[in-house]
Amino acid sequence: MAVVKLEQLSKSVVQGPSLSTGAIPTKDWMDTPAVFKPGNFAYQAKVEKVEYLDSQKDLSFPNAREWSPDEDDWKLPEDWKEIILQGLKERLDKFRSLKIFMDCCVRCGACADKCHFFLGTGDPKNMPVMRAELLRSVYRNDFTLAGKIMGKMAGAREMTVGVLKEWFMYSYQCTECRRCSVFCPYGIDTAEVTMMLRELLHLVGVGINWILEPASNSNRTGNHMGLQPHTFKDNVDFLAEDVENLTGVKINHSFNRKGAEVLFITPSADVFAEPGLYTAMGYLALFEEIGLDYTWSTYASEGGNFGLFTNNELMKKLNAKMYAEAKRLGVKYIIGGECGHMWRVLHQYMDTMNGPADFLEVPKSSITGTVFDNAASTKMIHISEFTADLIRHNKLKFDPSRNDHVKATYHDSCNPARAMGLMDEPRYILDHVVNNWVEMPENTIREQTFCCGSGTGLNTDEIMELRMRAGLPRANAVKHVIDKHDVNMLSCVCAIDRATLTSLMDYWNPGCGVCGVSELVGNALVMKGENRQELTEGLRTLV
Amino acid sequence: MKYAFSFLAVIALILIAWLGSQIPGMEYLFGVAIPYLAILVFLGGFVYRVMQWAKSPVPFPIQTTCGQGKSLDFIKRDKLDCPNTNSEVIARMFLEIFAFRSLFRNTKSELHEGPKITYESSKWLWLFALIFHYSFLVIVLRHMRLFTNPVPGWIQAIELGDAMLQIGAPTLYLTNIGLVLGVVLLFGRRLTNPHVRFISLVNDYFPLVLILGIAITGILMRYFLRTDIDIVNIKALLVGLATLQPVISAEIGAIFYIHIFLVSVLLAYFPFSKLMHLGGVFMSPTRNMKNNTRAVRHINPWNDPNIKPHSYAGYEDEFREYMVDAGIPVEKELPPKKDEA
Repeated sequence: MAVVKLEQLSKSVVQGPSLSTGAIPTKDWMDTPAVFKPGNFAYQAKVEKVEYLDSQKDLSFPNAREWSPDEDDWKLPEDWKEIILQGLKERLDKFRSLKIFMDCCVRCGACADKCHFFLGTGDPKNMPVMRAELLRSVYRNDFTLAGKIMGKMAGAREMTVGVLKEWFMYSYQCTECRRCSVFCPYGIDTAEVTMMLRELLHLVGVGINWILEPASNSNRTGNHMGLQPHTFKDNVDFLAEDVENLTGVKINHSFNRKGAEVLFITPSADVFAEPGLYTAMGYLALFEEIGLDYTWSTYASEGGNFGLFTNNELMKKLNAKMYAEAKRLGVKYIIGGECGHMWRVLHQYMDTMNGPADFLEVPKSSITGTVFDNAASTKMIHISEFTADLIRHNKLKFDPSRNDHVKATYHDSCNPARAMGLMDEPRYILDHVVNNWVEMPENTIREQTFCCGSGTGLNTDEIMELRMRAGLPRANAVKHVIDKHDVNMLSCVCAIDRATLTSLMDYWNPGCGVCGVSELVGNALVMKGENRQELTEGLRTLV
Repeated sequence: MKYAFSFLAVIALILIAWLGSQIPGMEYLFGVAIPYLAILVFLGGFVYRVMQWAKSPVPFPIQTTCGQGKSLDFIKRDKLDCPNTNSEVIARMFLEIFAFRSLFRNTKSELHEGPKITYESSKWLWLFALIFHYSFLVIVLRHMRLFTNPVPGWIQAIELGDAMLQIGAPTLYLTNIGLVLGVVLLFGRRLTNPHVRFISLVNDYFPLVLILGIAITGILMRYFLRTDIDIVNIKALLVGLATLQPVISAEIGAIFYIHIFLVSVLLAYFPFSKLMHLGGVFMSPTRNMKNNTRAVRHINPWNDPNIKPHSYAGYEDEFREYMVDAGIPVEKELPPKKDEA
């Protein structure tokens, strides 16, 4: 998909007829159908991926078929409507959040301009309240007295194929970033609504390939990228060699090793593509320096979890590998790498779904002696927590001037910020490893941070214009600090960010790089016995 | 014309009460039966809705963290926006419910050439909502004087505070102005803010107009139509209602019946509408949960123990040869190769 030119998009965002630019739609939203055309939808899941997932005995992905969003006939099963309404009923009984969020909204509009998709597209149905109304209208019609009696007068409407198509369009123009929920007076979380919409759509075989393919890969090979064990090992070995070439320190790492103290799990993207690779090199250098007794796993080689973007069952199944592998290897606790949605699953879902991990011990850093009571039950800690603790206890020697080629800013990833409260650990690390870093404007960081625009499995090329629009608020805040402080590096603790923000910067702010915080740690780390070359670009330097 | 419809509906309700109460014998319907019914529907409906919510479990902890969580002891945590204990949750909820804290955060974004997006604090909605809700609350509490005999001291104190400007006779209540102002501002915002106008439903305009009707009829009764009503008889009726011995001893005046009918409609409408946010705000899982989820396990009653990971054994069976070749430890060695025998 060719991406629209920068000048053209810049103009279109500000002047195009949209609700953000003051062009008020004349038609009621219920009378405005979703129209699919190339570029405004992510491709449907391939039949064999859906069939593979459906073949797993504890999963259900029915109605695999050839279909396409831009065709009129989606070849839905005959009883699709009953399936959807029954599915909705089940979910209302299973999730209090859904019921309350359906009932309590007063349409005050506080959320309206908080959504990056709305800011970038101006499409009224991208206002979080509207996205929820797409489902709420059906809920009213079939599950509330007022809706049954008053119908459209009470904001109710019947479930139709048109409504289903609308659900597909707008549940895949939401990255479940939860920014709206910060501003809602009732804490209504559109992520919950979007998750339910996506679950319902899967019941009738409607899903996108960019999510279901990585999810099936992860189930079979252990990671989203589909790296088989030997390839995964090769990639890490290669990165270890790179670290050795750059620093002169040999990296001792292992795979699937029983009896290690720590199992380390990070998103597979970190060992697969730039700039995540440099973050992984940072991990390797750090662990080597402190002599951590740890192992990688090829079986549990994925930190991320595309099940979170699919349904609860798949999320649980994919996540279960972590504890299963920790148990098999007999480790004491788990350290997780830098990733956003991964940490939402680990912080808010893992223990509930797959715990209790009573075969593990409360994480205790063997280097500093710190006991991580905040992870007393899950037994899994974030690499930023681990690193910050090392720094606090003076266990690491840094030369921040090694990062002087970098003028950094820090992007809070949605999930660590709003679903975990991990905000100051990475900042504490930055304070110690770089001489120059600045914050973006206050309405765009911490709990008010803006999504990269391509999370929840939307990091796919066919919707590039949508992604660049949705990422505009983030890019714009970065531009602000580029103009003001000559920032040239956007640091973050998220693997999806490392991939998506790179495209976003290349488009809106060419010249600004993207890196993981651990890469900056690796850059500045003074290692014992090092024979370091002149590394003008840190771990990125080509030698 | 969703707002026009709301006006029509409220006018129709007023006409029903006005004309209806003029028919001899009907004052018991409007003064006793309908209010009782409305209160029953309100209480029953409210309890039913809350029970319905409570029936569904909270399977996962989905707190929205709006500040630094508890982690290392040298990282300063935000107890209010990322609560870790019950008392911190209570503090967060208290400010949410009584000070509308989330609305206080509100910003307004603007698109400029460039493109450039700016955000600035926008507290109008917060202010309008505060004026409206607190005026409403005080008015409801003040009205308790009509149902009690003798009137408790705290009600008199509220009245005194509300009338502190001491303007006119009968003295002007601040909250009367506040309620009308609040409704007008919220209604005006719905009409003039393009985002909000686009999302507004009849369900959003109707309660505002209904409350406006209640406020105006109340104000008319207190300040302008005093000669048409008999306050002694109203009090007798309302105390009677409260003590379950309602008597209507003399003609009270149509404006009273209109007022009490509109209130009855509001009460009956309440549990079936968005007004239930009064109950829901207490139960929203993104706000009322602790962020201690890695320290204390949250239980999901419908967690399915049958969902297992794709097994390690299955994984190794598929990739054993590659793993052995790459020197990755395996649980089961490769079978001896046949062709070597």
